[in-house]
Formats: sequence, structure tokens, C-alpha cells
Amino acid sequence: MSAATAPPAKRSFANSLRPATHLFHRNWLVYKRIWYRSLFFGFLQPFMFLAAMGLGIGGLLARTNPGAFGSVGYISFLGPGLLGATVMQTASFESTYPIMNKIMWGRNYEAILASPLSTRNVVIGELAWIGFRIASISTIFLGVLAIFGITRSPLALLAIPVATLMGLGFSSCLIAFAATQTNDIGFSWVYRFLINPLFLFSGTFFPLTQMPQPVQVAAWMTPLFHGVRLIRGLILGTLDLRAAPWHLGYLLAFFAIGLILADRSLARRLAS
Amino acid sequence: MASLAGITTRSGLSHAWEVLWRARRLVERNVMVYRHQWIVILSGVAEPIFYLVGIGMGLGGLVRTVPLPDGRDISYTAYVAPALLATAAMNGAVFETIFNVFFKLNFRKTYDGILATPMGIGEIAIGEMLWALMRASLYAVTMLLLMTALGLILSPWAVLTLPVTLLVAAAFSAAGLAGTAFLRTVQDFDIPMGLIVMPMFLFSGSFFPTSGFPPPIQFFLQATPLFHSISLIRGLTTGLVGLEQFWDFAYLVGFFTLMMVIAMRRMERKLIK
Repeated sequence: MSAATAPPAKRSFANSLRPATHLFHRNWLVYKRIWYRSLFFGFLQPFMFLAAMGLGIGGLLARTNPGAFGSVGYISFLGPGLLGATVMQTASFESTYPIMNKIMWGRNYEAILASPLSTRNVVIGELAWIGFRIASISTIFLGVLAIFGITRSPLALLAIPVATLMGLGFSSCLIAFAATQTNDIGFSWVYRFLINPLFLFSGTFFPLTQMPQPVQVAAWMTPLFHGVRLIRGLILGTLDLRAAPWHLGYLLAFFAIGLILADRSLARRLAS
Repeated sequence: MASLAGITTRSGLSHAWEVLWRARRLVERNVMVYRHQWIVILSGVAEPIFYLVGIGMGLGGLVRTVPLPDGRDISYTAYVAPALLATAAMNGAVFETIFNVFFKLNFRKTYDGILATPMGIGEIAIGEMLWALMRASLYAVTMLLLMTALGLILSPWAVLTLPVTLLVAAAFSAAGLAGTAFLRTVQDFDIPMGLIVMPMFLFSGSFFPTSGFPPPIQFFLQATPLFHSISLIRGLTTGLVGLEQFWDFAYLVGFFTLMMVIAMRRMERKLIK
């Protein structure tokens, strides 16, 4: 890769992919030591949540309001929603503290940029890594849903790429945000006033029709709402084919905007 | 600590008072540190409110009512609110003592510096706990005001909720202090959080009664400190006060004492080599 022999670098997307694999590999080497633990908790958490909320609250509903979720039951409503919410939370966590660590605390990027890798390679490598992580979490989660008998359609497998796309949207936007921060206080805000309200109010735990109109309208604008709609439709086999392209289009646009922002934001931060 | 060796003859009570008085310095230190991050503490107030509105309104509209052991049916929101209060006290205390104390203990070495002053392990443990209690009482007061505004306080017994919430916070911060000294790396946090705090949050009667589980599982769930915290606080806000709530109280006092002893021992072993 010496400067004399290297072909003139084209600033194209394809050229960014190969160097980015080195970053992916680096993250894998770090993760390798704890992957079994991460998979264990990746399985345990949805299992417990479904057992508790699905069966417990399902039991209460059976007493007072048995028809609330039609024939599918509360656990089938909750399961796919939780998959979407868990992907959002993991993607968000992976794109905040670890990224700030590599920018400021551990200064890994400083070392990485001294090699032939560019900031664009870094963004793509990090997103590929986070995409891999959330795809594996979605797969485990889908397995848990199958154990509970919630998956009702072979299309359920498509929930994995959809959840990954949604997670990458959150991830890219938060990488862009993390690159503008000089301490981690901003992250507390993001979690408390963005991620947690989304978790509660985007149709994960209960249908949005329970909420007043303004809350519903606000929820329609959020990426988690569109992701959960698609994921739930695919898993339960109730996909609304007319609405699906809009949900998907929203998620693609969300990711595209995030990607541009992350690329710019990280380049600006690391150039200084 | 050495300067204290000569004055061991004074009574236990005045000694305890001196420890408590010196421990205030640690609280002062934490206040100073958070002076630039007060927003982090304040934003913690929002969390139980979001949960109350989300779970209470969203699920409450569907679940409608929950039966109490005395035969009354109460609204789901009134059922969940006291549990969210207990959980907020637990989370506040556990996060403060496990995460922050872990970093001070292992990375920032804050306590090594503190031990070079007339303060000892007791002052550190009590100081951290007092600080955690101050945070917890902020969350508890907001939650109680909100519950009053929404008409979720069903009994005059609720006046005792604030001191009881502080007992809950004290018990969990002692447990957090005891636990944090066992942890070695940041990844180890998964274990107390994933295997203890989260399952307790889900299964200790917070969102639905434990009576639906088979008896052996019920017995196990009813042994957890969060179960007793929720049972006691819910008893006070709904007016269900009897022998069972007395046992809840006794359990929490016992749990607090035991955890405090373990915490002091472990911190001492970790800090004084």
C-alpha cells in the first residue's frame, strides 16, 4: 500500500468497503472474549420479558378484557414489538459509549487513522459491526418467539433484515451525535428523553389507539413505530401490503440520512 | 483510622455519631462532582413518570382492574404506581452504588485518597449511602406528588410511604455496595443487572400479582427484597396494612443490616491491603 504503487484512490463507496473490514475484524477480536456471555443475555432477556409481561399481563387481561388482542393474545402482540425495541436499545448503546470511548477516552480512532484507513472506512466498519451484532440478536430473539409459538408465517425470517435496517438507522444517527459530544452527559438525555419514551410509546407494549390523538401522531413519525409495524406484520403474518412500502421507505430514508450525518460528523470531529 | 485508636473508650452511640458527621464530607464531595451534571440526576425523575403514563394509561386502559388480596378491585394504574415507586428507589440506589462506586473503587481510586484523611471505611460506606438516599428521596417525592395528582393514593396510610421508600433505597444501596466490591471488570455488571435486578423487576409483583405462579416459584419470588418493598409500599398506598406488611418491614430492616455488614467487610478487604 505504499503511496508510489497505490492506484489513485477513487472516492467511491465500493473503495471504502475493503479497508472497513479491518475495523470489523478489530471489533470482532475485542468481542470474541465475551461473545458467549453476550449471547446468553441476548437470549435470557427476551425470554424473561415475554414470560413475565406476556404471560403475567396476558393473565390479567384474560380476566377483565379477554378480547383485547383478538385471537392472538397479548404475548403475540408484545413479542414482535419487543424484538424491535431491543434492537433499538442495543443499536443505541453500541453507537454511543463505545464510539465516544474510541474517539476520546481510549483514542482508538487516532491510532486507526494513522493507518491507511479513512474516517469513511471507520463509519462503514462500525456500522457493519453493529449491523452484525443486531442481526444476531434479532435471530436469537426470533428463536425465542418461535419457542413461545408466536411466529406464524415463514415471512418472519424477513423480520431480521428489517430490524437490522431500523437498528442501523438509530445507530448511524447516534454515531453522528456521539461525534459532536465532549462528554457522556448528552447520552443520558438521549436515553431518558428519546430512547425510553420510544420504547414505551411506539406501539411496543400496547396499541397506540390507547393514547390521545396528539401522542399517536407523534408516534407515527418515529422510526420505531414503522419498524415495529413491519416486524409485527411479518412475524404474525398480518402484513398490510399497502402500508408496508411506506414503512420500509421511511426506514431506508432514516438510515440514508443517518449515514450521511455520521460520515460528516465523524470526519469533522476527527480532522481537528 | 489510627488517630481513633486511642479514643475507643467512648460510648458506641457517640462514636456512631462521629462517623456519621464525618461521612457528610463524602456527600459534600458528591454534590460538588454533580454540580455540573445535576441535569443527569434531574432527568432521572422523568423515568418513572414515563413508565407510569405509558404502562398506566396504555396497558391500564386494557387491563382495567386488578384484584387485591382483600377482595377489592383497584385500577391497574393504582396497582402499578406504588411498584414503580419501589422500583425507582431500587434502581436509583443500585445504579448509584454499583456503577459509580465501582469506578471510584477501581479506576479513579477516589477512596484511596479519602482513606488518607481521618475518614475510614465506615464513613465511605455511610456517605455513599446518604448520597444515594438523597437521590432516592428526590425521585420518591416527585412520584408521590404525581400519584396524589392522579388520584392514585387510596389510603391515609400513604403518609408513611416516604420513610418506607427511604428504607427500601437504603437496603438496596447497602446491597449494591456489598455487590460492587465483588465485581472485577465492567463486563461483570451483566451479572447483577441481568440475573438479579431485571428478573426481580419483572417477577416481583410489580406489573401483575405473583399468585398466578405455581407455589414453589411463588415461594422463591416472595423471598426477594423487591417483592417485600412493593408489597409494603403498595399496602400503604392502597390501605392494605396488616401482619404481612409488618413482616415486609422486618424483612427490609434485616436485609439492610445484613447487606451493610457484608458491604463494610468487603470494602475493608478491598481497600486496606
